[in-house]
Formats: sequence, structure tokens, C-alpha cells
Amino acid sequence: MSKVFLALQAVDETRAIIEAIQEDNENVEVDPQPAMVKISAEKKMVINAQTVSEKLGREWDPQELQLVLISLAGNVDEDYDHFTIYWEN
Amino acid sequence: MAIQAKGEYPVIMMDSVDKFHGNQLVYVGWDKHKLINSAMAFPLPPAMPFKALVHEVMPSCYKDHPDFEKVVWDDSVIWRLNGEEFTPDFEKSLEDNGIDHKSLVRFETPNLTGINGVGM
Amino acid sequence: MTMSTQKRKKRLNMKDKYKYMTRLGWETTYQDMDDVFPEDKFEGIKIHDWEAWEDPFRMTMDAYWKYQGEKDKKLYAIIDAFAQNNGQKNITDARYVSALKLFLTGVSPLEYQAHRGFANIARAFRGDGPRVACQMQAIDELRHVQTQVHTLSHYNKYFNGFSEWTHWHDNVWYLSVPKSFFDDARAAGPFEFIIAIGFSFEYVLTNLLFVPFMSGAAYNGDMATVTFGFSAQSDEARHMTLGLQAIKFLLEQDPDNVPIVQKWIDKWTWRGYKVLGLVSAMMDYMLPESPQSWKEAWELYFEQNTVALFKDLERYGITVPDCAATIKAEKEHISHQVWMTLYTHNAAAPFHTWIPDEKKMDWLSEKYPETFDKYYRPVYEHWNKLEKEGKRYYSEMLPQLCQTCQLPMLATEVEKGEPTQIAHRHTMYNGERFHFCSDHCKDIFEDEPEKFIQSWLPVHQIFQGNCGGATLPEVLKWYKVEFGQDNLDYVGSQDEKMWKEWKGEA
Repeated sequence: MSKVFLALQAVDETRAIIEAIQEDNENVEVDPQPAMVKISAEKKMVINAQTVSEKLGREWDPQELQLVLISLAGNVDEDYDHFTIYWEN
Repeated sequence: MAIQAKGEYPVIMMDSVDKFHGNQLVYVGWDKHKLINSAMAFPLPPAMPFKALVHEVMPSCYKDHPDFEKVVWDDSVIWRLNGEEFTPDFEKSLEDNGIDHKSLVRFETPNLTGINGVGM
Repeated sequence: MTMSTQKRKKRLNMKDKYKYMTRLGWETTYQDMDDVFPEDKFEGIKIHDWEAWEDPFRMTMDAYWKYQGEKDKKLYAIIDAFAQNNGQKNITDARYVSALKLFLTGVSPLEYQAHRGFANIARAFRGDGPRVACQMQAIDELRHVQTQVHTLSHYNKYFNGFSEWTHWHDNVWYLSVPKSFFDDARAAGPFEFIIAIGFSFEYVLTNLLFVPFMSGAAYNGDMATVTFGFSAQSDEARHMTLGLQAIKFLLEQDPDNVPIVQKWIDKWTWRGYKVLGLVSAMMDYMLPESPQSWKEAWELYFEQNTVALFKDLERYGITVPDCAATIKAEKEHISHQVWMTLYTHNAAAPFHTWIPDEKKMDWLSEKYPETFDKYYRPVYEHWNKLEKEGKRYYSEMLPQLCQTCQLPMLATEVEKGEPTQIAHRHTMYNGERFHFCSDHCKDIFEDEPEKFIQSWLPVHQIFQGNCGGATLPEVLKWYKVEFGQDNLDYVGSQDEKMWKEWKGEA
């Protein structure tokens, strides 16, 4: 099976995003690197804006992900309440 | 014309021999002596005798390889001109040896195996 | 206070917002659409429905300005702090700065070319979706070159090898490799450009350019470069998405597009790889602290990561490019071969090179168990002896260059089991002979010979007398390279002297 991954800058917001991803997805691998964090999963990963907002203590918009996103692998699907990466195969 | 283009695509020969002030480009490479990173390029008169290429031009390039002073310029040396084996006439000129503009001359010295004996 | 009971604000859904604010194109009636968009058909690509173009990020201009503005504010605050705190003194060693010189002269100008190229295709496509996405990318790329110049301007205050970066990019021999790569893309049609740059470079190969430089910066104490790197990378996610969208869109529009797209993927993966040869040498040799070897990077970012990507594209009939086998075969050789060449010709290059120290050589032995000790360590030991005798080796020769990729012809027949035999290929066109480093470069030439006979090959130009003269000092003057300052070995350089003074080792 194919892995999707995100690489995020290791800043404050990222901690909340990672917690949200771990809560809402199964078998998430988190790999800390200098100044960044890599998060991967099999085939699909969903970031729910509601979950991130709860963790952050303020309203969070998926478009804010762009401020901390370094790289990704997978097709992107985004709407006002989620950011999803996936492979079709 | 092979290229996909809108309209005609000009044919511009950037390196035609007339641009080299009476010289032609000759590349010289020593097989399996990779300490010298690549074949080197030289602008040379077509009338230059082949022996001048070997004894005057090539040392400027290959003197840096410890094997070069050991080369015996006899028929143990295998020569290739543009990929085909050939036997150069040392007395004749480059052009009379068939070495034209942008020709690649390679030589191989099977008895000399380079740095560490692995062809470097 | 918890957020769990508060509902998020209801708003217009993203898809509709994007549609109303961005998809504003129309069929022209005063002029023929083909006259308004005269450049998007000649490549033979067939598009039946431009409305099918999607932007997964659904970027609208208001969101664009808001987030980009915020990124810039954060970035420049960090650059200021770096400068104020003399961050340049916190790098591991001044040798590292050669990597930054390579970046500014070789990569930043490509960001500028990308800006121009995306601005161009933003006008060329008749679909409004790609036009908007390409306009945003054009502004992103301009932002990248600006942030890079700002960041590296701080290093320019202290180190040689930065000041003439635009002139060097346009004229110095080894920089014709990245320059010609992008000139090729810029001179192509809009569809080839978006597949070449948007997909092959910005999706398939991007991690092999940015991760080495950025993790190299992180490991070597260069906070400034890490910062602009991450700031640029946050735009790259949108670029990657654009590239992936572009390729899927073309493949879904018409099956006739498939062989054309495959040809471009094959060509541009190879051309990208050849440019990355410079990065391979940087990551294996220029970084005092090395996060990763070229071989490891290739295995992770191509051999593993792109498996999933090409599996997705299989359904359209797309295959992994043939050249992947060559690149895999060469992965234990290429960085060493490039470094040897840069070391050899350092008199003519405005950055520093050096013999790797014992620690680095042991690292290289570990990372390259099949090749380093057998082929390359003996070379460095040989050159080290010469250096100790006061005869540091500098070649006075000019190398044969490949007509297509313009690298010196340093690649070898690794696939044939002869890694010390230089690979030579050639072909005739219009009565003249042209030389190549590989079958792949030769194939690219033979597909479009009229284009590649126009290569401005630095070595030939020098011999034609177009670069200031026949001697090295004349050429360096024309290059605006200061002898004894910008070029030659790190050992004995002004950079080294200054570094030692800072560290109290003078």
C-alpha cells in the first residue's frame, strides 16, 4: 500500500495539528527531524478543522496549514472543514 | 523539422568550424583513467601533425596522472576515433588522419590500470 | 474554556467561494479564442473541457494575499534577528558557505526563471483555472528569489563568492547546467513547461533539491537558510498540487496526450537529475555535518516516494521513466565524480573546494560501501599528497561538455559494469558532430535537434574568443571572478582566514 505524508514546521500550531491527526486517523507515524516533523499514514490522512480548533483553543481554518506545511505526498482534497491527502491506488 | 513549433524554427550552428579562427575542436580522452574527469577539449590547427598532438598537447593534460610517463607509444596503445578503432599515422596531420572538427580521439593503455589499479 | 461546544462559523463552502471569485473566464466573441490564446495548441495537446481543471487548495486572491503576507512578516523578522545576532558566526564551519554560493548562483536564478515562465503560461492557457493558479505560482517564485537574495545578502557582507551571482549564472561554465535546463523549459510550449517544471521538477524531484539544502542548513547552524527554506516550501505544497493536477488533467482530457506527456516526463526527469548532480556533490562534500547522503536521498525521495505516485498514474498508461534505472545505477558514483570535477576545475569556479577530511571520508565509506574506498578515497589521498607538497592540483584544461545537459562529460558506463570508463555518445546533424554523456541526453537532442544545436557551450565559447580571451586570467576577468578571492581551495582562502579570526584560531 502507498503511504501519504506531510512534513510540517516544528512550531506551536503543529503540535495541535499532530494531536488532531493522531486522534482522527489510525496508525499514524510521527517522525521528528531538525526543525520539522514528518507525519505519515497508509493511503489517506484527514485533518479535521474542528479537532484542530479544539486542541488550539481557537478557530482554525485548514488554509492556515499553508503557513506550516513544508512538503506532502498524495492527492489533496480541501474544504472549509477538512484537509485530506490520499492516494487512489 | 523535428521540433514542434509555431512557424519555422531556424537552424543556427553555434559551433561551426568557421567560428574557431582557423582551428578545429578536438576532444581527447584516456579510457579508464578517471582521475582525469572527462575528455578535454582543444582548439587545434587541422594541419597539426598527429605526433604533436601526442607529444605536445596531450602531456599538458595528462602529466597529472602518474601513469602517463609510463605510456609506451607503440601498438599496445588502442586508438579510437569517434568510437571506431583506428591506427593513427603519427607523421600525418590531424585532418589527413581523418580527425575533423569536433572529433573525439580516445586512447586505451591496457597495461596501465590507473590509481588503485581500478581505472581511476 | 473549551471549544468543544462551540460550533465553527458557517460560511460559503470553499468550492463555491473559489468558483465565484476565481473561475471568471468566458468564451470571447469579439475575437476568435484561438487568436486570444494562440500558443496552447501547437504542441499537439488536446483539451476538450477546461472547466474540469480543479484547484484542490481552492485558493482565492484574498486568502493568497493574507497568508503570503503573514509568511513574509515571519520570515523577515527571523532574517533581521539572524543578522542582528551575527548568525553567520554560528555555522559549523565556513566551508559550509560554498553550499550557499552554489545555491545563490545556481538555484535562485532558476526561481526567477520559474517566475517568468509561470507568468508566461498564465497568459497562454485558455482555461481560467490554470491561469489563476499559474499567476499565483509566478508571484510565489518571485517571492522565493527575493527572500533568497535577502537572506544570502547577509552572508555577502562577510564571504566572497556571492556578489556577482546574476552575472555568474549567465556566463560561468558550470552554471550553464542549471541555466540551460530552465532556458529549455522557457523555450518550450506552455504544456511542456507545466509538465517539465510543475510536475517533473516541482513534484517528482523537488525533495531532492530542497531537503538537501534545508536539512544541510539545519545541521550546520544556518538558521537563516532553514527559515527561507521552510517559508518557500510552504508555497511548494501548492506548486506540487498544481503539478499533479496538471498531469492528471492532461491525461484525462484525451488519450492522445498520454505519449506526449510520457515523453516529457522521461526528458525532464533526466534533465532534472543531471542538474541535481551539483546538489549530490554539495550534500556529500560541502556540508561539515551531513544529514543524509545523495544515495539515501534518492532512495527515499524517488525510489520509495514516487512508487505511490506512478502507481496512481498507471491507470492512464504512464510508466516510471526509463532513466530511473540509470540514475539508480549511478547513485553510488555521481556525487564523487562531480566533486572531483569541481575540485579539478576550481581555479575557474567562484566557490571553494577542498580535500575531504578523515571524518568525512569515513562517513563516505560508510554511506558508499561499494564504491568510495575502492575508487574515490585513493584519488583524494593522491591529491592530498600533492597538496602537502605545495602542488594542489588545478587543471588548466577545459572539459568536453555534453551538448544537451552541458555538464562536463564525466558520467561513466556504470550500467555496463565499467564505472571508470567515461560514457561517450554522439550523433550527426546538418553535417556536424554532437557529443553526449548518455543515451538519454542523445535521445533528447535527436527529438529536437534544432533546439539543442543552439546550446551556448561555455568551453566552445571560450575557444571562439567570446569570453574575454584565451587565457585563464582573461576569462576570469570576463567572468567577474576575483582570482584568489572567489575561487581556489578553501585552504588558504580569505573566507578561511576570516573564519579562523572569528574563532580565535588565527
